[in-house]
Amino acid sequence: MVIERRWKKWVYFYIPLTLFIIGTLFPFYWMLITAVRPDHELYRSWRAVTNTPFWTLQPTLAHVQDLLARTTFPRWLWNTFFIAIVSTGISLFCGLLAGYALARLRFPMAGMLGTSIFVTYLVPPTLLFIPLADIIRNFHLGNTPWALILTYPTFLIPFCTWLLMGYFKTIPKELEECARIDGASRFGAMVRIIFPTAVPGILSAGIFAFTLSWNEFIYALIFLSSPERKTVPVGVVSELIRGDIYFWGQLMAGALLGSVPVAFIYSFFVEHYVAGLTGSVKG
Amino acid sequence: MALPSPRDVQQPVLARFLDNERALAAVLLSPSVLILAVFIAYPFVMGVWLSLSSTSVGNVGQFVGLKNFAKAWDDSIFQTAFRNTFFYTFWATLFKLALGMWLALLLNRHFRGKRFVRAAMLLPFIIPTVLSTFAWRWMFDPTFSVLNWLLYKMGLIVTKLPFLSDGTWALWCAIVVNTWRGMPFFAITLLAGLQTINPDLQEAASLDGANAWQRFWHVTWPLLKPVTIVVVVFSIIQTFSDFQLIYVLTGGGPANSTHLVATYAYQIGVGAGLLGEGAAISLFMFPVLFAVVWIQLRYLRRLEGA
Repeated sequence: MVIERRWKKWVYFYIPLTLFIIGTLFPFYWMLITAVRPDHELYRSWRAVTNTPFWTLQPTLAHVQDLLARTTFPRWLWNTFFIAIVSTGISLFCGLLAGYALARLRFPMAGMLGTSIFVTYLVPPTLLFIPLADIIRNFHLGNTPWALILTYPTFLIPFCTWLLMGYFKTIPKELEECARIDGASRFGAMVRIIFPTAVPGILSAGIFAFTLSWNEFIYALIFLSSPERKTVPVGVVSELIRGDIYFWGQLMAGALLGSVPVAFIYSFFVEHYVAGLTGSVKG
Repeated sequence: MALPSPRDVQQPVLARFLDNERALAAVLLSPSVLILAVFIAYPFVMGVWLSLSSTSVGNVGQFVGLKNFAKAWDDSIFQTAFRNTFFYTFWATLFKLALGMWLALLLNRHFRGKRFVRAAMLLPFIIPTVLSTFAWRWMFDPTFSVLNWLLYKMGLIVTKLPFLSDGTWALWCAIVVNTWRGMPFFAITLLAGLQTINPDLQEAASLDGANAWQRFWHVTWPLLKPVTIVVVVFSIIQTFSDFQLIYVLTGGGPANSTHLVATYAYQIGVGAGLLGEGAAISLFMFPVLFAVVWIQLRYLRRLEGA
């Protein structure tokens, strides 16, 4: 062990770590406080003497009630959830099959296909949103959840394929060879032996893909137009700012309620999420 | 008990077909390839075509050559957006790397509540960017900014700071928010890299009289370099093509001074409906992204070759 003095530990460890924690979490605290603060406290001069900005003595749920009464917020939550689940499902299915093929099977152009899937992984949505909007219009998918369910896999499939390919490579080949010797077909060995072994990898890819879809903004902004079809991020941006007026209480209530489901799911699968995150950048 | 040998059992045609390695590969890859071809390769080709045409919403355009690119290049707002994109990417990536590395080194030590702290640190990365950026926008609010209040109470300022009402300030604010959001990604991936480094190496260096900085620079850093490069490449691509953060925080304002290439492409292509010009503007990102991806692929090859 490298031995340190006590004061050094404070200066080099506790104080910086505390600053990191405060800096990271303060915006979320601020979201919460704003969401429960009554309007007359929100809109008060920043130099007012009696200002107590870091807490409130009169917490209120008025903003949440307004949010639910004036917008179709629960609907947005459901839309976001539905789209995230279905597009994650599609991407996991495709990524599982493609990842297995790239990791295990020998076929012509395997290297080239692997590289091109990796390259599509790095194509950002903002490069293609204008032609894609045109294509969605031509397919008559505009303003339907299918516009997003079919386009989210463009960034989720490469990610799932990449991650699962890495995972399959860590599973010993002998496992499969044994099954083959026992009479299983190639396909049967894949489905009954390899896929069940890969469940932790599948879970990591799924959790990560789910948070990516929940987070997506630009496609949802462009492809959806009617208020009741929107996802949470787009609904909050377009329905809670009327003209130039920001309804900060409702906005923060919406931001908070829109973050809770994804944070909740994340909290149960932190380890899987971290595995997905670190796996996503492995060469 | 004697089992019939598998070859004796009559196999259905499909099963026999799937036992062929090439056939199975084709079947397994086709769903992914189909989706990626229809929604990435085809839009890309179409984007190139659009950028060479005068198409706008409700108007099938004609081929106009490189006119859209030339027009964008002469447009002063585009020039600002292009410069901003490099500036934003450079500083945000640098801060994310420095702070992320620092946080990773802190989290690599043993302390109580480590798992909890690590989970909490990832929150900015999990929460939808649009929603957390709204919290920042509220914190930077011209009239009710809590940061102004804090600095005023601490006696550091006498008048309000123009967080989002001045172009230069606003761009720096966007860099701060981007750093805040992306730093956990650096920290957690670098932490995973750190955890693979044998602590004996640190100890050996320490016995040889190396101080903390020398231990980091000569022992930790060389081993961490491969994962760092990959993370930086990912981050550059994400930051360079960023849209949502600027869209929510400044909307490109004040006076179009904080646009990035992506937000300006949106304003022209979707806001004004000039699909051709918008597609041309977003394609200006392509050479840079291509170069970064190419370097990344070269680097991965070299690692595999070594």
